[in-house]
Amino acid sequence: RPRVASDPVAFSHLGSGSNPFQHLEKSAVLQEARIFNETPINPRRCLHILTKIIYLLNQGEHFGTTEATEAFFAMTRLFQSNDQTLRRMCYLTIKEMANISEDVIIVTSSSSYVFPMLSPQTTMLQAIERYMKQAIVDKVPSVSSSALVSSLHMVKMSYDVVKRWVNEAQEAASSDNVMVQYHALGLLYHLRKNDRLAVTKMLNKFTKSGLKSPFAYCMLIRIASKLLDETEGGHDSPLFDFIESCLRNKNEMVVYEAASAIVHMPNCTARELAPAVSVLQLFCSSPKAALRYAAVRTLNKVAMKHPSAVTACNLDLENLITDSNRSIATLAITTLLKTGSESSVDRLMKQISSFVSEISDEFKVVVVQAISALCQKYPRKHSVMMNFLSNMLRDDVNESVCLWLGGFDYKRAIVDCIISIIEENPESKETGLAHLCEFTRTATRPFAQVRKKGTAQNFKSAVSALAKFGAQNDDLLPSVLVLMQRCMMDSDDEVRDRATFYMNVLQQKQKALNAAYIFNGLSVSIPGLEKSLHQYTLEPLEKPFDMKTVPLATTPISEQKTDIAPVATSKLPERLAPSRQDIYQEQLAAVPEFHGLGPLFKSSEPVQLTEAETEYVVRCIKHTFARHMVFQFDCTNTLNDQLLQKVLVQMEPSESYEVIHYIPAATLPYSQPGSSYTLVRLPDDDPTAVSCTFSCTMKYLVKDCDPNTGEPDDDGYDDEYVLEDLEVTVADHIQKVLKPNFAAAWEEVGDEFEKEETFALASVRTLDEAVGNIISFLGMQPCERSDKVPENKNSHVLFLAGVFRGGHDVLVRARLALADGVTMQVTVRSGEETVVDVILASVG
Amino acid sequence: MDSASLQPSLYTVKAVFILDNDGNRLLSKYYDPELYPSMKEQKNFERNVFNKTHKADNEIAFLEGLTIVYKGSIDLFFYVVGSAQENELMLMSVLNCLFDSLSHILRKNVERRCLLDNMDGVFLVVDEIIDGGVILESDPQQVLQKVNYRADENPLSEQSVAQVLQSAKEQIKWSILK
Repeated sequence: RPRVASDPVAFSHLGSGSNPFQHLEKSAVLQEARIFNETPINPRRCLHILTKIIYLLNQGEHFGTTEATEAFFAMTRLFQSNDQTLRRMCYLTIKEMANISEDVIIVTSSSSYVFPMLSPQTTMLQAIERYMKQAIVDKVPSVSSSALVSSLHMVKMSYDVVKRWVNEAQEAASSDNVMVQYHALGLLYHLRKNDRLAVTKMLNKFTKSGLKSPFAYCMLIRIASKLLDETEGGHDSPLFDFIESCLRNKNEMVVYEAASAIVHMPNCTARELAPAVSVLQLFCSSPKAALRYAAVRTLNKVAMKHPSAVTACNLDLENLITDSNRSIATLAITTLLKTGSESSVDRLMKQISSFVSEISDEFKVVVVQAISALCQKYPRKHSVMMNFLSNMLRDDVNESVCLWLGGFDYKRAIVDCIISIIEENPESKETGLAHLCEFTRTATRPFAQVRKKGTAQNFKSAVSALAKFGAQNDDLLPSVLVLMQRCMMDSDDEVRDRATFYMNVLQQKQKALNAAYIFNGLSVSIPGLEKSLHQYTLEPLEKPFDMKTVPLATTPISEQKTDIAPVATSKLPERLAPSRQDIYQEQLAAVPEFHGLGPLFKSSEPVQLTEAETEYVVRCIKHTFARHMVFQFDCTNTLNDQLLQKVLVQMEPSESYEVIHYIPAATLPYSQPGSSYTLVRLPDDDPTAVSCTFSCTMKYLVKDCDPNTGEPDDDGYDDEYVLEDLEVTVADHIQKVLKPNFAAAWEEVGDEFEKEETFALASVRTLDEAVGNIISFLGMQPCERSDKVPENKNSHVLFLAGVFRGGHDVLVRARLALADGVTMQVTVRSGEETVVDVILASVG
Repeated sequence: MDSASLQPSLYTVKAVFILDNDGNRLLSKYYDPELYPSMKEQKNFERNVFNKTHKADNEIAFLEGLTIVYKGSIDLFFYVVGSAQENELMLMSVLNCLFDSLSHILRKNVERRCLLDNMDGVFLVVDEIIDGGVILESDPQQVLQKVNYRADENPLSEQSVAQVLQSAKEQIKWSILK
């Protein structure tokens, strides 16, 4: 039937766009399939429709049972067509749909076809047995092949029935056709594989009869290998000889199969390996990538057990390390790493790192395994290896969650490798553990290992790091929670506590909570917290416990070291030596007049109020409380012929600060420091008046005394000694607090009271200077390492964090620009408006 | 890549698929029921393989624990997949047979449009080369004889001028976009 230009179905795909199957709709196609029932059958059109059906099936379209069965029966008509292609497409379509329609069996044949059974049951199989047996021994090779392969498929369903066709299969095996030989052999082996004797006999027969089929040879080699393996036969058996002889086969496929089989045999001697290796060596220079790949992959295997056997190939392998196929190059390099000398290690590692990011994960595992072996061989190279491994890990930190959750083998391999390096090389322990700790963000296995190998401290920081990642990435959160749960059952108290804490915070899934408790953590003094909590439990109040009443730590919690305190009292807890501030708190609390002041907010560094080499040395420490300041004057009398008594420092404020009380130092003998306190009330009416200058005069009763005994000679007289002025600045009202995640803290505080101003810093020439000035002036903590100004920069952003007296978080972002002097734009955020005003006013 | 020795078996091919140059599936057959049984897994696998191979043009790759031999032609990619321990040359022989047979059927225009226009022939060719994972035939001549397919002959004589121009325009458009 000649095709007509206007035939819509035949030409419907022309001009319809890039893909004629693109907009296929299952229901429309099945509708079209109705033409199968027409007479006469239109082969072209039917063919098109069948093609569309198969295409749809292939793309994953689902056909319901009814739809399928209907189409199916309609198709059976098409078998009557004379058009061979149509019949065969029909058969193919039925085969594709066979899963859906289970009850139907079709067995028909054309002159060149056997149609296999579709989902039969055993009884049905018997019905076609005679037919199958005939087909297997059919002289037409394609009929025989089809029957043999179909029989093979049927073995899964009914071994016993198919077993009865063994003789026919045996007969088919003597066919001249190379594929029929292959299929017959395959079927025979599947039927006989549990009978070792039968297999041996079969093998003997075929190895002697000289098959022609390279596929059949490959099959024979595999059968022979398996037999050798099972019988643990020595390698002087005819089976081995056969395999060895295949190294000289004309067909590369067979040669390779034989070489591969020999290489995989356990207990191969170097002599036995040699011919296989030399064949593989030849393949290394083949123009066919698949052959080079096969060869180098196999040589890699040899090198694992018999590195010396491979050294002969080193030159050929060297040529492969620059192969454009990165898999080949990787295998070549890893093989050379196994067989080469220590001096070649650096060069090879360098070569591999140039493309390691391009290779697939599977090959990354290969590389890691090679490195693992290398570290055992050349322990001195462990730091090179470790660097390489951690670079590999780091490169993948940003990869998707799937990889993380999937626990890709190569990440596990890297971890295993690092651990084994640590086990072998004690010097590498610290760096290795550090790498593993960093890696705890992205893998599960290291947790157990770090737990075992590392210090408890390392592991606790790993838990905290993990919490941070869970807080930062919603994708990772479920996995992080799983890990936290495991940690909640850890043997260590603190690990359990940390995990429980983080777990609870993370589960709330609130950014503010995460910011406060995970990113930026607690900033209070621990002994102070302990005290306040203890106090609270003794005198429970109506209100809940207020963290703001707890004095802040002068250094971040994680960095609190055991300070050498100026006056240490033995009753302080041993577990955690307190900081300076805690000691001052104790001392001040001992003074009855200071009882109502509340917790100590901040103590300044000592300020010298006298010059060096003077008669009296006085320094001042400014203690800030919620609404008061206590000035502690540590005085030392350097005159050995004087005794001072009732020493106090009189202060005259420049602003509306009110001096409330003086607590003198009772007596100041020669060279023994004593402290005198002045209590000052901060101005209530003007919260922004944070700065003040005090003129200070030391007033005291002086008695002359005997330098040797220290006994006073007389009653003494009143005297005074003028000291330098004392400055109180905004910095005294702010405690430094480190916010490791400034952005999170910035968000948490919010912009309700945000204010911004721009200043020109007249006398400042460089950004460094400006940054230094503002940090020391405000007394706030630089965050995100913004105190460091990179070289040659004309602009910089400085992040500062602190807490203002009264417990108010305050954050400053200062944008600095260098252009004719320094301009600075300051943005301040706090939960309290006055605080913002204070900061800005101070800067101004 | 472990060194377990290969079980003697005729089942050597795990999958075969043809993708276009955007990685879309044109044809695919999975022969191992345990390998990516769901459509989603198959599509993921194909995407992964495509991403790792379409730029490399390297002939052989090892991904997801499987050996994959492949070949690109104009705007098509052909893949044959076997286990990690499979004889790579055996897989190559399947790939070559597939490619050469299709090349003949498509009269050397081994490119997407032509492939799609002769999809029925393509299905038949694949069916003649691999049956359920067993290599049925490795000689393209034999395959072609069995398939006995004729692509559209003398199309020009049967198309109207308008349709010829239309299809020519399509071809040009697509070749410019390549």
